[in-house]
Amino acid sequence: MLGHSKMTTAGFDVAIVGAGVVGAACALECARAGLRVIVLDRDPIGGGTTGAGMGHLVVMDDSEAQFALTRFSCSLWNERGVELPPEVEYQKCGTIWVAADEVEMAEVHRKQDFYSSRGVAVEVLDYRQLAEAEPNLREGLVGGLLVRDDSVLYPPCATRFLIEKAQQQGAVLRLNSTVASLGSHGPVLSDGSVVSAGITVNAAGISSPQLVAGIEVQPRKGHLLITDRYPGFLNHQVVELGYLKRAHSVTSDSVAFNVQPRKNGQILIGSSRQYGNREKGIDALLLRQMIRQATEYMPELKNLSTIRAWTGFRPATRDNLPFIGPHPNNENICLATGHEGLGITTSLATAELLVDQLLKRPSKIPYEPYLPGRSGERRADA
Amino acid sequence: MPEFVTIWINGSAVRVPAGTPVSIAVLMAGHSEFRRSVSGEPRGPLCGMGICMECRVQIDNQAHCRSCQILCQEGMTVRTHD
Amino acid sequence: MIEQRYRTDILVVGAGPAGVAAAFRAAESGARVLVVDDNPQCGGQIWRADSKKALDKDATKWLDRIRDSSVKFLGGLKVFDRPEPGVMRAEGFDQVVACRFEKLILATGARERFLPFPGWTLPNVTGSGGLQALVKAGLPIEGKRIVVAGSGPLLLAVAGYLKERGAKIQIIAEQTRRFDLVKLGLRLLKCPKKLQQAFDLKMKLQGIPYLTNCWPVSASGRNAVESVTLQQGPKEWAVSCDYLACGFHLLPNTELAELLGCRIEKGSVWVDEFQETSVQGLYCVGESCGVGGLELALVEGEVAGWAATNLKEKARERFSERRKWRGFAAGLNRAFELRRELKKLPTPETFICRCEDVPFSRLQSEHSWRSAKLQTRCGMGPCQGRVCGPATEFLFGWKTESVRPPVFPVRLGSFVPSSAGDAPAES
Ligand SMILES: Cc1cc2nc3c(=O)[nH]c(=O)nc-3n(C[C@H](O)[C@H](O)[C@H](O)COP(=O)(O)OP(=O)(O)OC[C@H]3O[C@@H](n4cnc5c(N)ncnc54)[C@H](O)[C@@H]3O)c2cc1C
Ligand SMILES: Cc1cc2nc3c(=O)[nH]c(=O)nc-3n(C[C@H](O)[C@H](O)[C@H](O)COP(=O)(O)OP(=O)(O)OC[C@H]3O[C@@H](n4cnc5c(N)ncnc54)[C@H](O)[C@@H]3O)c2cc1C
Ligand code: FES
Repeated sequence: MLGHSKMTTAGFDVAIVGAGVVGAACALECARAGLRVIVLDRDPIGGGTTGAGMGHLVVMDDSEAQFALTRFSCSLWNERGVELPPEVEYQKCGTIWVAADEVEMAEVHRKQDFYSSRGVAVEVLDYRQLAEAEPNLREGLVGGLLVRDDSVLYPPCATRFLIEKAQQQGAVLRLNSTVASLGSHGPVLSDGSVVSAGITVNAAGISSPQLVAGIEVQPRKGHLLITDRYPGFLNHQVVELGYLKRAHSVTSDSVAFNVQPRKNGQILIGSSRQYGNREKGIDALLLRQMIRQATEYMPELKNLSTIRAWTGFRPATRDNLPFIGPHPNNENICLATGHEGLGITTSLATAELLVDQLLKRPSKIPYEPYLPGRSGERRADA
Repeated sequence: MPEFVTIWINGSAVRVPAGTPVSIAVLMAGHSEFRRSVSGEPRGPLCGMGICMECRVQIDNQAHCRSCQILCQEGMTVRTHD
Repeated sequence: MIEQRYRTDILVVGAGPAGVAAAFRAAESGARVLVVDDNPQCGGQIWRADSKKALDKDATKWLDRIRDSSVKFLGGLKVFDRPEPGVMRAEGFDQVVACRFEKLILATGARERFLPFPGWTLPNVTGSGGLQALVKAGLPIEGKRIVVAGSGPLLLAVAGYLKERGAKIQIIAEQTRRFDLVKLGLRLLKCPKKLQQAFDLKMKLQGIPYLTNCWPVSASGRNAVESVTLQQGPKEWAVSCDYLACGFHLLPNTELAELLGCRIEKGSVWVDEFQETSVQGLYCVGESCGVGGLELALVEGEVAGWAATNLKEKARERFSERRKWRGFAAGLNRAFELRRELKKLPTPETFICRCEDVPFSRLQSEHSWRSAKLQTRCGMGPCQGRVCGPATEFLFGWKTESVRPPVFPVRLGSFVPSSAGDAPAES
């Protein structure tokens, strides 16, 4: 679709709106492919949802398409792990999915089959191994599934790293630039000027629907808390399995036990999901529920000193899969948005699939499931 | 109220007047270094009024306590370098 | 963790002079008043309990008044959240308190401003009021050599106090120009009480060099400070010392007011003539609505105490006195404005954020407080930017962003009410 005839000489081949993790990854992939690329953002790098997210790089199994994308992207992060600078705090700590009862333990075994049949290294833990792996979990849990190669990082610095690498390869970054609309010659800024570009990539996260008609991306609010430093308190990203049941409900607010060890010893505590709430402020009741849930699984958490709480908005689509590829009605616009709660994880794969499509390169995994015009964009809870 | 209380700082008994903040007991016991910063520098109280967090120590197994705002209680155990 | 619940007509946060005066006046009219303070004892910064010395007449008068009134005081509790309108939560070392109130008076006072220079993170480099607080709490200081530096009238008060307690004050280094102080001195002539205080101090400090246009450029020492290098004009010299007590005037504590949505203007909580903030039923008094000294804090407290109990006429009677002290405060704050030269104090290696050890060089490429936070962790540590926020505002002109709970770091469990039924309501 990016025929060379279309590449403008004066301007850029590609203009990316949004310097979040998705825009940053796309910029790097474009620059690597030799495209002239510019990234625009009204805010600092990673100042949107990316700066509010958790940075768990996780292989997920809600659907085959989600699995394929998260798996592919995690492998890309693992390849890059070695070159990430220390401030990115990349750490291959693995995920433990915790089962609180026999029903959830059955889910552990189902997951084990799913993952191992697709070549993901997993290990079933019985209650004793679980307690050994995470001594601060409460007694009485049944077991868990350890996914060894999952990892964590600090999203704002990871995003900065991607942008800077892109810049080293010729990409241009322009901050303090608000995009007012997407014109046929490129993004139009709020001061009326046009950034001339052949293709515009809308990577504006929750703001992406304001820039193009015909896509549905809803903000899905989340709360997080972070503690002071407690090295050794937590060893893995630990997530309850009840999470899956609750996280997908679009009708009601939900909370889940989801904790992350940061390399510096801080512990990030999540999480909540709320639809239809655009208020940035902390919802005290939901925060309490989230804390109750967390301390239910890990009682000692309640004695840890908490430094901050904040909220963020996940860019959610109806079928929980992102939009990656050309806009159905406008060839000059591509979408890289709608990554919901997995955008840190799936940013690298998104970028590859996008550039594959731009340059008509063969892709390592099929990109059709993520095309913006896909049919059967089912309701998540249907 | 007793006139003096004894607390334990890094394993040594320290007797101080009742009502003394932990920070003062730590200083009187000869420690000007309360903790190590994240890059390993020695640190001690700065503000004396509970806002800078430089005087953090471990008290009764609770890490990261502001020693300038907490009064010594009989038998308290304090560890510097929390 | 024990959770106590209270119900009161008026909740006062902060038991310094402003909070004490507000609480006393509000209680006079029969309202139930509860005062909560992070400090274990009543009195705030200036009337901080002193292990060795009796408090002065003013302090004794007000603290006696409170003790003999119906006001209930709870110490050792930091107020950190307002989970719902009309309720505040506070945490102590071994308890949590939830308080339901009709009206709220914030009297959260001020803190010292700290500016980074090489060596400012060494042990025994403290605030000036900071060292005074430690000594009042019982730190022996006899015979110790102390350099008092920074800015503001507090330097004189602190040096006077420390000298009285047997310390050897090597020098007082005040950053402002003598010219600005002379202008202030002329104003003092209009306030006989202040003039008397200044005079008393001068006497006490006899024999101590008081240098204006002078500031520390670095501190050094092995495990704690041993020497300070001072600069005055082209002159630079080292002074050995056991403590460097250094603070650059005061800054209003506005975090709690910000959390509650109050309008902030020029770094202070905005209030109307009755000390009511932009949020109805929420008052603010004392130095959180502008640094202005003891007398102003007291008057503002009285005004709010009366206004909150609908005694507006009584409140009005104090307006002219308040006007006088506000005028005085404005002059004071002008006289101690920071010199631009102080922006040059940090070297590339100097830590600006002490919690996360973020050096000056890392911040120079950032463009805003938000990007600095995200990219360097500046302000992300447990002081929540209370120290580095004002420093970066001075150094780079950055504005800090919105405040969210917790206003102080607290144990995770303190957010959550215990499931036990309501404790009996208390007044
Ligand atoms: C609480 C929470 C926890 C999460 N945890 C995880 C996790 O553990 N793992 C994971 O993989 N993901 C997680 N996520 C999801 C992840 O954070 C997001 O999917 C991801 O950050 C989305 O990135 P983005 O680049 O699409 O959006 P953003 O980061 O929001 O970037 C969009 C950018 O576009 C800019 N922009 C928007 N409109 C305009 C305009 N008109 N002009 C100029 N610029 C504009 C914005 O300023 C912003 O910087 C979490 C999210 C939340 C909220
Ligand atoms: C360290 C220091 C030392 C000082 N020493 C002197 C001196 O020696 N002489 C002099 O003339 N002036 C001194 N001052 C100035 C003096 O404080 C003011 O002139 C005046 O007394 C201010 O009164 P206030 O009631 O407004 O505030 P303060 O006296 O500061 O009282 C505010 C109170 O609010 C409490 N507080 C704040 N936030 C919370 C919260 N979230 N939860 C619970 N409690 C909270 C604080 O613990 C404090 O006790 C000093 C100031 C400081 C900062
Ligand atoms: S000395 Fe600053 S918090 Fe204790």
